[in-house]
Amino acid sequence: LLRDEIKIKTEMLSKIVRAVVTQSQSNKRALAPFMTSVRRGGTVTEATFQTQPYKLHRLDEPPSTTSICSRDDALLFYRQMQIIRRLESASSNLYKEKAIRGFCHLYSGQEAICVGVKAALRSQDSVITAYRDHGWAYVMGCSIVSIMAELTGRTQGVARGKGGSMHMYTKNFYGGNGIVGAQVPVGAGVALANKYLENGGICVALYGDGAANQGQLYEAYNMAKLMSLPAVFICENNGYGMGTSVDRASASTNYYTRGDYVPGIWIDGMDVLSVREAIRYCIDYCTSGKGPLVLEVATYRYHGHSMSDPGTSYRTRDEIQEVRQTRDPIMLFKDHIIGADLVTADELKKIDNEVRKEVDEAVKIAKTDKEIAVQELATDVYLNPVETTIRGTTPFDPYTHRRLSKVANLH
Amino acid sequence: MAISATRIAKRLSGVLSQSFSTSRAATASQLTVRDALNSALDEEMERDETVFLMGEEVAQYDGAYKISRGLWKKYGDKRVIDTPITESGFAGIAVGAAMGGLRPVCEFMTFNFSMQAIDHVVNSASKTFYMSAGLIHVPIVFRGPNGAAAGVGAQHSQCFASWYSQCPGLKVVSPYSSEDAKGLLKAAIRDPDPVVVLENELLYGTSFDVSDEVLSKDFVLPLGKAVVEREGQHITLVAHSRAVMLALEAATALAGEGVECEVINLRSLRPLDEETIVKSVIKTHNLVTVEQGWPQCGIGSEICARVVESPAYHYLESPVIRVTGVDVPMPYAKSLEIACIPQPHDVIKAVKKVLKIK
Repeated sequence: LLRDEIKIKTEMLSKIVRAVVTQSQSNKRALAPFMTSVRRGGTVTEATFQTQPYKLHRLDEPPSTTSICSRDDALLFYRQMQIIRRLESASSNLYKEKAIRGFCHLYSGQEAICVGVKAALRSQDSVITAYRDHGWAYVMGCSIVSIMAELTGRTQGVARGKGGSMHMYTKNFYGGNGIVGAQVPVGAGVALANKYLENGGICVALYGDGAANQGQLYEAYNMAKLMSLPAVFICENNGYGMGTSVDRASASTNYYTRGDYVPGIWIDGMDVLSVREAIRYCIDYCTSGKGPLVLEVATYRYHGHSMSDPGTSYRTRDEIQEVRQTRDPIMLFKDHIIGADLVTADELKKIDNEVRKEVDEAVKIAKTDKEIAVQELATDVYLNPVETTIRGTTPFDPYTHRRLSKVANLH
Repeated sequence: MAISATRIAKRLSGVLSQSFSTSRAATASQLTVRDALNSALDEEMERDETVFLMGEEVAQYDGAYKISRGLWKKYGDKRVIDTPITESGFAGIAVGAAMGGLRPVCEFMTFNFSMQAIDHVVNSASKTFYMSAGLIHVPIVFRGPNGAAAGVGAQHSQCFASWYSQCPGLKVVSPYSSEDAKGLLKAAIRDPDPVVVLENELLYGTSFDVSDEVLSKDFVLPLGKAVVEREGQHITLVAHSRAVMLALEAATALAGEGVECEVINLRSLRPLDEETIVKSVIKTHNLVTVEQGWPQCGIGSEICARVVESPAYHYLESPVIRVTGVDVPMPYAKSLEIACIPQPHDVIKAVKKVLKIK
């Protein structure tokens, strides 16, 4: 029985690692840049890298095979990914200390996606995702403090502690959604608004490999295609929908083709620059009226589905280690940018220390900040309340509805 | 500038008709509920470019029940959108459009089909403002016919008044007359929060007297405010939507026997105008609720509970009685269907029981 178990798990391991590894066995990925720019004080100002090969569905031209990365971008992307990694790690600890309750879905391992996507987005673009949203909230503009304080349910939280892990929002970021798949048609709707208002924006709607089988996604693809909506549907395929591997949930695991009549692209989600180039391509495509695209970004999550899931009953620790050691997006990017002389190892170390400090500070605030006053539970149920009282647990102690917020999408 | 007496009278009656009974209005015209809804949509679309209509058959077919007749011709593809038969998808899209800067009117061909999309109505729309601590608002209207029609069978006859009116974050209206339909739909579209408008198919073709004010482009009714359709001192009847007609018919018959019913048309289910109900019960001391939906956890149940918890309780001379639809899925056979929906004689019987008269 043990031998069978090992056999199954080894098979699973190789399947998953194969899915994550983009290249053929002879790993032709270029580590070194083939073109550099002016050197200045030991580092260059920009370098060109090869992107990871894309797989195309109903498209002739792929996204750019090269990506120019400036020194500033290199430092920015590295910092952003490290912040998210650190933030998620801190969240994990806070959860174990019971300072975070309920659901907590961590993004560690997937950082290159939100950082790469955001790098390509313009101010008029929007994002909507599911519950693995901490990294997205960060790149879309929520501060580290506000994210951590939301997780611990305190006043300085993104939603003053009223939302929790799965419900973080900011301008042009529509959450943070708890119902699997629901965010996808909603994202198509944001794209409809973009088209209608002629604001030139696109909407990126993310979902996981688990959500990829939801019927409402196909309803959204259909309408997005019919109406040529500037929507980019992105499947963050991390190999598992909770404890169910992709092979056990999907009759077809080629998620970038699942849009059928909607063209698609498969992208190596461990390479931040590849992701960025792909989104640039998508923006170009969608804003020229060609309609939606379905992307599949191959990635991996180190933690379990959520903090309630150890993440080791359906995959081996070896598999997780393998990805950490060979495919970690931060490690890969670090190698890139140091190898290209864009940055020095010391600079990155400095960033690491700054990040650690920033996140530690945020943790401290998240733990010591107060919760909002109980009366505030009756605040902002409506933007335009008709009644001023809200019934309490008994008719004897009603609450008073109050308006407090500054609405981010007022119209 | 001399103002004619007639105009003063019309003005006055317009004001009166808003707060009292529509039948008292010195009316200028007749308007069907269908036309009332149609003009509400037309006027709001003209007034605000971000308002648009989407749903099955709303554009080129002129609407399954012709509510959107002429709108596609006038406003075109951009603003009147035919959707595929995919409620979950298009309701979600409508919610996203509302988040992204538009004011969609999302039509469900009947609210029975909204069950496929109810996650979007409740989780994506109604809860978002609260979950985001007021950052993201969703100015959307979900509208369509609700409740029993005629001969459409169990799957097409459910009343969703209870389900939706239970949810904080939503506003829910249930118009009866043309004035209600126009004023409430316009108010719903202008409202920055998600609003569910529960119309009634059988009322679409019904004509009502309307004042000039109702016909004006800025006629809106306040949400959360009921209207006393008929004043009376012996007993209060509270109803919404088509049941108001039923209550009025019963009231007319009872008046012939010397029983004067005060008929309250709720207009809104959330917020529920508790104040108007309580005030009336304190006056009449007796209450019967009338609705077409199922009895358990119905609107009547809520009204009864609220009255019992209010100062009006001590004025009650009899228990509150609910008149509701029969507690079964709706059968098709005509005589059975009729038996499943409250009729005037049911209301009359309830009133007589409550008042202890024969």
